[in-house]
Amino acid sequence: MTLHAKPAAAAIPDAGTARPMNMIQAINSGLDVMLDRDPNVLTFGEDVGYFGGVFRATEGLQKKYGLNRCFDTPITEGGIIGAAIGMATYGLRPVVEIQFADYIYPGYDQIVSEAARIRYRSAGDFTAPMTIRTPYGGGIFGGQTHSQSPEALFTHVAGVVTVIPSNPYDAKGLLISAIESDDPVVIFEPKRLYNGPFEGYPDKPVTPWQKIEGNLVPDGYYTVPLGKARIVREGADVTVLAYGTMVHVAVAAATEAGVDAEVIDLRTLAPVDLDAILASVRKTGRCVIVHEATRTSGFGAELSALVQEHCFYALEAPIQRVTGWDTPYPHAFEWEYFPGPSRVAQALKQAMVG
Amino acid sequence: MASARTAPPAKGLKNSRALSLRIPEPRFRPGEKADFSSLKIPEPGATPRPSIDTEPKDMRELAYGMIRVLDQDGEPRGPWNPKLDPAALKRGLKTMMLTRAYDERMYRAQRQGKTSFYMKCTGEEAVAAAAAMVLTREDMCFPTYRQQGLLIARDYPLVDMMNQVYSNAKDPMKGRQLPVMYSSKKDGFFTISGNLGTQVPQAVGWAMASAYKGDDKIAATWIGDGSTAEGDFHEAMIFASVYRAPVILNIVNNQWAISSFHGIAGGEDATFASRAVGYNLPALRVDGNDFLAVYAATEWAAERARSNLGATLIEHYTYRAEGHSTSDDPSRYRPTDEGKIWPLGDPIERLKQHLIAIGEWSDDKQQALHEELVELVRAAGRESEANGTLHAGDRPSIKTMFEDVYKDMDWRLIMQRQELGV
Repeated sequence: MTLHAKPAAAAIPDAGTARPMNMIQAINSGLDVMLDRDPNVLTFGEDVGYFGGVFRATEGLQKKYGLNRCFDTPITEGGIIGAAIGMATYGLRPVVEIQFADYIYPGYDQIVSEAARIRYRSAGDFTAPMTIRTPYGGGIFGGQTHSQSPEALFTHVAGVVTVIPSNPYDAKGLLISAIESDDPVVIFEPKRLYNGPFEGYPDKPVTPWQKIEGNLVPDGYYTVPLGKARIVREGADVTVLAYGTMVHVAVAAATEAGVDAEVIDLRTLAPVDLDAILASVRKTGRCVIVHEATRTSGFGAELSALVQEHCFYALEAPIQRVTGWDTPYPHAFEWEYFPGPSRVAQALKQAMVG
Repeated sequence: MASARTAPPAKGLKNSRALSLRIPEPRFRPGEKADFSSLKIPEPGATPRPSIDTEPKDMRELAYGMIRVLDQDGEPRGPWNPKLDPAALKRGLKTMMLTRAYDERMYRAQRQGKTSFYMKCTGEEAVAAAAAMVLTREDMCFPTYRQQGLLIARDYPLVDMMNQVYSNAKDPMKGRQLPVMYSSKKDGFFTISGNLGTQVPQAVGWAMASAYKGDDKIAATWIGDGSTAEGDFHEAMIFASVYRAPVILNIVNNQWAISSFHGIAGGEDATFASRAVGYNLPALRVDGNDFLAVYAATEWAAERARSNLGATLIEHYTYRAEGHSTSDDPSRYRPTDEGKIWPLGDPIERLKQHLIAIGEWSDDKQQALHEELVELVRAAGRESEANGTLHAGDRPSIKTMFEDVYKDMDWRLIMQRQELGV
């Protein structure tokens, strides 16, 4: 499995030495790099300051950069995002952490009605370049309030860029791109992947990222472009469209099913990399879409529509969707809810038959 | 006693006394005679002026009183008199009068079908006009749709305001925003949302950014009494308090939120200004129809913010003399004479009276200025309407509809623009 299509570190002037990092360390390094490079970058959120965040993404940053650059906020997601918008319109580049994606809804109005539209409604008079980081997804026994995947609520919003990385290298490179972007970016971080590439087998220990071959993250500055997908596993038989945790589940499922699947990690959901999707589906003629979020009006619906609009005559079989069920995330039935490798493998086989 | 308290409830598991739900209602409805004689309004000059570095806990009474300067004869009273020179007073008067003349014209234009919607600020002109004179163009104002006076005070072209209201070919907002939702960064006027309350935490964030950068600019924001019930308002208050943001938080208490009286927003028995107390922010409650009082309160708050002493909440006690918008009919829910008998009068009349009292003005001059401003607005109207109105004449290029969603247009918008064929 190719972890990431990374350029050689030497090719990037500021990238520095590459070393193994887990996803949290990579995100921390991305913040560190940008705090160091740009005095207009600051980061804040609940428990983000002295403590360094409940997932440790901001560990050590307050000590290194001072209280003003990395600080704690009251428990008010609307206030955090609203204040960040004000800072961004002033000219700063705030990076805020919403502790869990499940908590983002009190700030949703500020994202949808404000951050997303300020450039448009003011005809470019004001802009809100800001980054919202938030851990999403299940598989940690978080129940309904620590497991959700609300990405489709954001991909539906004109004016917001929605990003989901699947590995440490991309998590850092996409974060730096997001901070440098002049548009508001929401990054959903797959919390189940913070420590290692979880393939969806709850009883199988996850190999830490540091022990994954090829997982090298440069210490310094580099970017992964927004709006560009990546082929994780080349294959000839069926295209799998996935992002975040499900990238690794899909690769495992291809092995389990014995199907030569081409797994595409979308990385950016909005704007999604249409060219990458079309090129693959036109090659394979089959498509399976995988996400952890609930099915109805999930991002898979958009992907499915795009594939049939643009590749109808190339399709050999109906498009399959493998998703979380249309229920809240149940605590005790997490693994029945989670679209694990066996369900994905089943869909791959079905796509080959259909 | 303990046994009595823990005794099981009466049979049927009911409390002995039935509870009842309270729904607040205004004192007067259509057909009834409004009477404000029971309002507790302090005398002009009676409210002390604390120094700008006073601890919030040592000035709490100001959240419950009312700063007033002009008395019923137009004479300035007490420590809050900002002692403005006649030229400044006349500038304030002109801003208020021009705002009212502009509102009148645009209201009629909506009635004539030239635009979809309009909102006046009649009776509340002092709130924006006085603040605009205290704040600089480099400060940032985060207004609601009833502070058009900020732009007018800064000589923003009336023609451009009208172009926006008409969504015509020269609309600075390119036909994207509802009428009256102006934006002008160079004039320190933040893009108006149209959603209520969202601007308040943004203003606090902007002010925090200014402090973060060691800048000397401050922010000011306005919110209606009704919208203070939004979470955004309270989120902003906690941020303003915790981070001591250099921001002025104005509540324009005009008594009515569309058809709901201030009691529905919780302002019947507690003042809106008193909401600052729990956040340890200083609060000033001010006669919003008294230009001098609004100026003085804003000046106090601005000096405090500029001295790195943080935010101030100001409640402007005023009255929405007209409907909420062109889509509203206030005679359906409140007595029609309420505005006329509002005990704090009209801000334009009161400042005019003051200027006459100090020998700087006359009824004739007032009339002449009024006619001059009406003509100014009429001329601007003609020029703007030549650029088009909502349903007639030129519109912005349809192509621009797809611009500014993102900094760069991605494939989705390019394809959709092609699909529309523009």
